[in-house]
Amino acid sequence: MKYLYLVWSNLMRKKLRTLLTLLSILVAFLLFGYLGAIRQGFSQGIDVAGLDRLIVRHKVSIIQLLPQAYEARIEQIDGVEDAVYQTWFGGIYQKPTNFFAQMPVEPDQYLDMYPEFLLPAEQRAAWLKTRSGAIAGRSTAERFGWKIGDRIPINATVWTRKGGELTWEFDLVGIYDGAEKGTDTTQFLFRYDFFDESRQFGQGMVGWYTVRVADPDRAAEIAAAIDAEFANSPYETKAEPEGAFLQGFANQVGDIGFIMMSIIAAVFFTILLVAGNTMAYAVRERTNELAVLKAVGFTDGGVLALVLGESLVLTALGGGIGLGLAWLLVSAGDPTGGSLPVFYIPARDLAAGGVLILLMALIAGILPALQARRLRIADALRR
Amino acid sequence: MLNAISQIFSVTWFNLRTLPQRIGSSATAIFGIAGVVAVMVGVLSIAEGILRTMQSSAAPDNAVVLRSGSNSEMMSILLGDDSRIIAEAPGVARNASGALASPELFVVINLTKRGTGTDANVPLRGVTRAALDVHDDFRIVAGRMFQWGLNEVVVGVGAQTEFNGLDIGSTIPVAQEDWPVVGMFETGGGLAETEIWVDASVLQPAYRRGNSYQSVYAKLESPEAFAEFKDALTSDPRLNVKPMREADYYAEQSAMLYNLVTGLGTLIAVIMGLGAVFGALNTMYTAVSARAREIATLRALGFHSGPVVISVLAESLLLALTGGVFGAALAWWAFDGFRAATLNFTSFSQVAFAFDVSPTLLLRGVTFALVIGFIGGLFPAVRAARQPVSEALREQ
Repeated sequence: MKYLYLVWSNLMRKKLRTLLTLLSILVAFLLFGYLGAIRQGFSQGIDVAGLDRLIVRHKVSIIQLLPQAYEARIEQIDGVEDAVYQTWFGGIYQKPTNFFAQMPVEPDQYLDMYPEFLLPAEQRAAWLKTRSGAIAGRSTAERFGWKIGDRIPINATVWTRKGGELTWEFDLVGIYDGAEKGTDTTQFLFRYDFFDESRQFGQGMVGWYTVRVADPDRAAEIAAAIDAEFANSPYETKAEPEGAFLQGFANQVGDIGFIMMSIIAAVFFTILLVAGNTMAYAVRERTNELAVLKAVGFTDGGVLALVLGESLVLTALGGGIGLGLAWLLVSAGDPTGGSLPVFYIPARDLAAGGVLILLMALIAGILPALQARRLRIADALRR
Repeated sequence: MLNAISQIFSVTWFNLRTLPQRIGSSATAIFGIAGVVAVMVGVLSIAEGILRTMQSSAAPDNAVVLRSGSNSEMMSILLGDDSRIIAEAPGVARNASGALASPELFVVINLTKRGTGTDANVPLRGVTRAALDVHDDFRIVAGRMFQWGLNEVVVGVGAQTEFNGLDIGSTIPVAQEDWPVVGMFETGGGLAETEIWVDASVLQPAYRRGNSYQSVYAKLESPEAFAEFKDALTSDPRLNVKPMREADYYAEQSAMLYNLVTGLGTLIAVIMGLGAVFGALNTMYTAVSARAREIATLRALGFHSGPVVISVLAESLLLALTGGVFGAALAWWAFDGFRAATLNFTSFSQVAFAFDVSPTLLLRGVTFALVIGFIGGLFPAVRAARQPVSEALREQ
């Protein structure tokens, strides 16, 4: 306890300097937390990808369609439990920057395939009863202030209606929540039967399939079996685990993880220099006092601990507040205004932040602390 | 007046001469600011590079026609008849072989990125003979042009460097066939250099597009002819299309990506800048408190507080300038011309670009450094000037 008091009064000795050092550490950890959330946003929810799910798409590119009839053939393959199809609608709600995924699906099958989409039973029943019904994820519904019962007009970019009409109107019958933090709650889902009978062209064709396998350990083998089933047909497929598919998509953007890590490294290197130098200066300034402490009986180890403790308290305070602020900022929404499917600081980044706090305290404090430990009373007092 | 100026000079000079004594804390401030500027310039050079690629794709007298409601070629569909009507519109330039209107198909093919080996949606464009007159900066730089009617392709230089399997002599798998790569082309640095080109009549059956296209590129008689061209198309009852100038079209294509990168880069720079301000403040407060007695002596000798404030600010700005120039130079050395490819969400396809550390960007980086230096020096300078002389002289 007496150590803590000593550490505290040392820090309070030059309040302004302590405050400024604290603030620069705070900034480093604020950026660390925020960039962690951005990286998470670009990862498209890979963390929560189902291990037992495969994605099956056209071999040449995902923009090419597959026959809806493949569903039955996929489901007959050994080890496959269920297959559902989705199609990229790509429409515009009000203006092009209001981006979110819209897909026609078969309601019951889709919700069974994605149990992490939580839809109240009565809303699910209402969706099954309403041909023009649609459901939206919580974050998209909140972004545009939608309520159940609203009519949502969406302009087609590809899928015109029969007669060339661009505008599709959907009745919002439900709002789903995510079972986990990383669940994508930005999707807008409507009924495939309504879509298929209303679209101008492309009847019977779908975008890609999601397949659930009985045993995740056999996923690779089953994916190969699916591709073999359709080999040399007019529509060849490429099947891969959901996680690999999402990772592949995120990689299309570029190595976001690497870019973020480089920025964070540059930030920490910079801040470490600034904070470390200030701390070293603060210790040098007090050489006399440290010598007095040693003279009245503090051991070498005690003085070392004192200086390190000071560095730790300062870093922990700055880092803790920084991460807290990042958390608040992230809760307030993502920088694109809601286009990222997920946006939160993952637990592993918070843990890494904790480790970084300790590491930074150690690196910044170790040199002055060693100096303090080596200090010889007679020399220091004579200065 | 003259006296004031000579005071400023002598105090500032005196001040700067003592800088080497405070080398540690001064170096800290310099490094801090250099780090901020390097990161800011580096991130923003990505946005600049993308913008530059998009802008150099546009010719002033070219127009793009898409189906109305579509915001990219990827989404658009035009029937064969539509493309004929568009080619006959007034304002379209003509030569011996006919109207300079090029109906094109735009799809993507799944290849892998060099380096990472991960999937990439590489744009694949089906063109007709008119394309070579409309995109008049197109030229083959290696190999030869594909033969019309054969399933041969030519690849852009950007695509060839970014993606696997696009060297001359290799093949790409399309529709159960392997299409040979026979040549490589440039288009003056534009977007098309990320693309693969093939005869549209070969691509149509391969992607089951019947006799449909996705866009028509037209060379106009002059940039001014656009208004006439646009009016004719939008008022034609047989068509439901959206004509745009190429420049507007490419600006729209890059807007989302550009804004995202710029927004993110600015946000990071501002937050990091705050950190650097705190660092600079610390350095300057330390400098001022180390020189408290000197400053008090000067004041006792009759120097005004104005020159003292300016001298502290000058020191801070000098440190910031050094850091800013160093950081900008570092960013230029490390990032300028660095080639990368990313997914453009709007067209759902890859864009290859080079990081562009432009002079404007360097200037912005150095200006930002000076702002940091100014804020970091202002408060300590005011404190130095306000300190009562008697108290400061008594300090040990």
